Amino acid sequence: ILCDECGCFCIRRHTHGCGLSQRVSKDRSSKPVNKISAACINHIVHNGGLYKRPFNEAFEETPMLVAVLTYVGYGVLTLFGYLRDFMRQWKIEKCQNATEREEQKDFVPLYQDFENFYNRNLYMRIRDSWNRPICSVPGAKVDMMERVSHDYNWTFTYTGRVIKDIINMGSYNYLGFAQKTGACQEAAAKVLSQYGAGVCSTRQEMGNLDKHEELEKLVARFLGVESAMAYGMGFATNSMNIPALVGKGCLILSDELNHASLVLGARLSGATIRIFKHNNMQSLEKLLKDAIVHGQPRTRRPWKKILILVEGIYSMEGSIVRLPEVIALKKKYKSYLYLDEAHSIGALGPSGRGVVDYFGLNPEDVDVMMGTFTKSFGAAGGYIGGKKELIDYLRTYSHSAAYATSMSPPVVEQIITSVKCIMGEDGTTIGRARVQQLAENTRYFRRRLKEMGFIIYGNEDSPVVPLMLYMPAKIGAFGREMLKRNIGVVVVGFPATPIIESRARFCLSAAHTKEMLDTALKEINEVGDLLQLKYSRRRLVPLLDRPFDETTYEETED
Amino acid sequence: MAAVAAGVGQQWVLVEMVQAFYEAPAYHLILEGILILWIIRLLFSKTYKLQERSDLTLKEKEELIEEWQPEPLVPPVPKDHPALNYNIVSGPPTHIITVNGKECINFASFNFLGLLNNEKVKSAAQASLKKYGVGTCGPRGFYGTFDVHLELEERLAKFMRTEEAIIYSYGFATIASAIPAYSKRGDIVFVDEAACFAIQKGLQASRSNIKLFKHNDMADLERLLKEQESEDQKNPRKARVTRRFIVVEGLYMNTGDICPLPELIKLKYKYKVRIFLEESLSFGVLGAHGRGITEHFGINIDDIDLISANMENSLASIGGFCCGRSFIIDHQRLSGQGYCFSASLPPLLAAAAIEALNIMEDNPETFLLHLHKDSLRISGISGLKVVGESFSPALHLQLEESWGSRENDVKLLKRVVDYCMNSGIALTQARYLEKEEKCLPPPSIRVVITVEQTEQELDRAASLLKEAAQSVLN
Repeated sequence: ILCDECGCFCIRRHTHGCGLSQRVSKDRSSKPVNKISAACINHIVHNGGLYKRPFNEAFEETPMLVAVLTYVGYGVLTLFGYLRDFMRQWKIEKCQNATEREEQKDFVPLYQDFENFYNRNLYMRIRDSWNRPICSVPGAKVDMMERVSHDYNWTFTYTGRVIKDIINMGSYNYLGFAQKTGACQEAAAKVLSQYGAGVCSTRQEMGNLDKHEELEKLVARFLGVESAMAYGMGFATNSMNIPALVGKGCLILSDELNHASLVLGARLSGATIRIFKHNNMQSLEKLLKDAIVHGQPRTRRPWKKILILVEGIYSMEGSIVRLPEVIALKKKYKSYLYLDEAHSIGALGPSGRGVVDYFGLNPEDVDVMMGTFTKSFGAAGGYIGGKKELIDYLRTYSHSAAYATSMSPPVVEQIITSVKCIMGEDGTTIGRARVQQLAENTRYFRRRLKEMGFIIYGNEDSPVVPLMLYMPAKIGAFGREMLKRNIGVVVVGFPATPIIESRARFCLSAAHTKEMLDTALKEINEVGDLLQLKYSRRRLVPLLDRPFDETTYEETED
Repeated sequence: MAAVAAGVGQQWVLVEMVQAFYEAPAYHLILEGILILWIIRLLFSKTYKLQERSDLTLKEKEELIEEWQPEPLVPPVPKDHPALNYNIVSGPPTHIITVNGKECINFASFNFLGLLNNEKVKSAAQASLKKYGVGTCGPRGFYGTFDVHLELEERLAKFMRTEEAIIYSYGFATIASAIPAYSKRGDIVFVDEAACFAIQKGLQASRSNIKLFKHNDMADLERLLKEQESEDQKNPRKARVTRRFIVVEGLYMNTGDICPLPELIKLKYKYKVRIFLEESLSFGVLGAHGRGITEHFGINIDDIDLISANMENSLASIGGFCCGRSFIIDHQRLSGQGYCFSASLPPLLAAAAIEALNIMEDNPETFLLHLHKDSLRISGISGLKVVGESFSPALHLQLEESWGSRENDVKLLKRVVDYCMNSGIALTQARYLEKEEKCLPPPSIRVVITVEQTEQELDRAASLLKEAAQSVLN
């Protein structure tokens, strides 16, 4: 039976506000806020055994005052933007924009006005928080090139100094495989001297190296699927393979917060696209039911096939997909499931095999297992795993296989060694220990931030930790203050997030030590007080202070 | 007078009617009342139902869901599909290549300048690997910008003599992201019908209005431009916001010939259309220094709005770049999807590209003169014709006449390729996704000339191809 309130599967209908209903829609006015943890325990008891472990995911409502002040902030920025544009027009202020060539002044303007207005007057003020150039391995600590701007971020000059040992909370180095020494680097160096850096041909022509075949067999084994294929770029894995799977007359059901690459792939495929609310199973089921009952619009023919696109961990929200429910729905409605594990592979599950492993599900229930090698494996590229028929089809019809240069051999070798390490096939327990370490770091860091009173989005097991900033001025301030304290963080605002939900994002890594995390937490606390970021109004349930050497997986698997 | 009489007459009739009404018996009145109601009912009710509009019951819906049988996720692939079973290259894909266990001379990889196996390039990459590791673990915006990336961008811009360059981590994604960064829904793109697949995907992603002109046919292009001009005159308000682009390749991947750039420039200024140029094959190959087709024709590079190329052929690394004026290129740093949303290029690959660029800059003549040895040696094979410019390092050998169907042709060419492969010359057919291509080129064998091949090897390849053609086609 489907629960009316949250769309989850329950034996009995129950009254509650479990995790997912915390984020039913973009306007959060009608959302229940409190009672989360209690309700979730209730949820686990009643969910018919779909979840083997607590699914604790929350999105605290934006406080009304903060929302109003944020809008006021944007209003002021816009007003000043117009004022300065006016001054630029009358040459009172110097215009530093790059301009069109004289010869092409009478061409149709290349850019739209609004886009430029936003970049010129809002983004430019805090541009120094992004694209910070680094000059070392992107590990737990990183060296950054110091840069200054003498013209309010229009141009940067490098001072030549290097800011050493910044604690890196920004890179997607979940398992700490971004290293310049160790087994992976040595293996990659060996392959580099043997094969060279490039390939100069496509897989289907003359670029199918034995290394590629080796990698694909290993990845298939790692994922627990029949077969797999690897591609040179994670983004392109989505955008160039979805069109091979679905086309006209097919339906794609896509989560509203899916990554740009999935959106692009869906768009290129020519299939009809419908969007369901983020991680909301009721919304998904309604779309599935309607699609099958009503068929295609106008012609009323039945859909050829339905493909559900979801991600394992959503990189801006820190939420984990409700995979057990998605799989149950997919089976009930005979549709296919495309799971993008860009952030979750390696970072979730007791043996690091992603969100399927995390929920203890069967990988065969996911039709298309997609993921990237960029993050947990410290390399580059992406993969697709699944049934042999699927991979054979992709080998023949994938856009990347036919037209794109194949993967660089040293990069392939880095993946091979890191995957083997996670699987324990290198004869050590390093990989296993890293997976464990990441899980512990995640729980610890998230708990401490919540205790400090910040609004933290997402699932308690997600190593992506968004901390809400809301106001536009705080985006730049937070990024700068943290850098001053030698901590590198990522801040994001519109258009990557809804306009009022600007946030900072921390990505945890197995390479972070307890000391590093404590230093970071201390500084975040300080900056949080300075910028008044402790918005949370939720009273915390006192947690049992468990020792953290105990593994987070064992305690819930009874 | 007459009007008054008529008025009086009518009045009299009305009076009579009212009188008759009073005099009529009750049953009559009731009957008439019922009749009137009946008429009203007939007037306001539909005589037939256009559609049986009743919502499906829950049970019916369940039945529909039960009944629905989707197609399989993917159709089965025939075991003998020509693209299913890849050649397996063991060891490095350099001048001497081991394909399916057989040692061959490589006439298939785009390693034009032989930099794949260059020791200097390799040691630069090694040094970078020691310093940075392999991956970047982030997009350019979020701590994925390395000093090597900045250096490579600066070097590329300097080499191409443009203001700015931007690098992508994947060759295919370069032009495919660059086009939709500028051209949006409602804009118009004039594109050569032989344009490569990456361009086609970029155009599709842009959702712009696409006008194909015949391959290298400037008259056809001008016809389309004129058509558009008269269209614009009808609706000048719309024309003022409709951006126009011409997208061409320097050296065409699918045909092996070059675009007539000087004429294109004339058309550009005449009709005020911007030019995007794809130079993946011509970069490092054409022009005295390898700057591509602009250098080949001696054209001011600023006349081209955007040049895109990959670093996967001549530079023997991975990734791609766009270059041009800052006004244009800088926009991609926020709008190029493949740039913003993808992890940046592994530093070791950027370092390899920088070193390859150094080598190209140091002594261009040794490379380029050597490369432009006449590839016409391969012509004159009965049954096969050479397609492409004589100075192009990537040529196509097509069947002089088709043997019935595309499938047959592909099979025949495969036998030619296999024959050569057995005798130590590695060749490949040009692969296309037949259903996806806008204008599918005829099947062909791709012959790639590189600086590493000696005269004897070229001769050997030519004579072997002749032999193969004779034994297979006759």
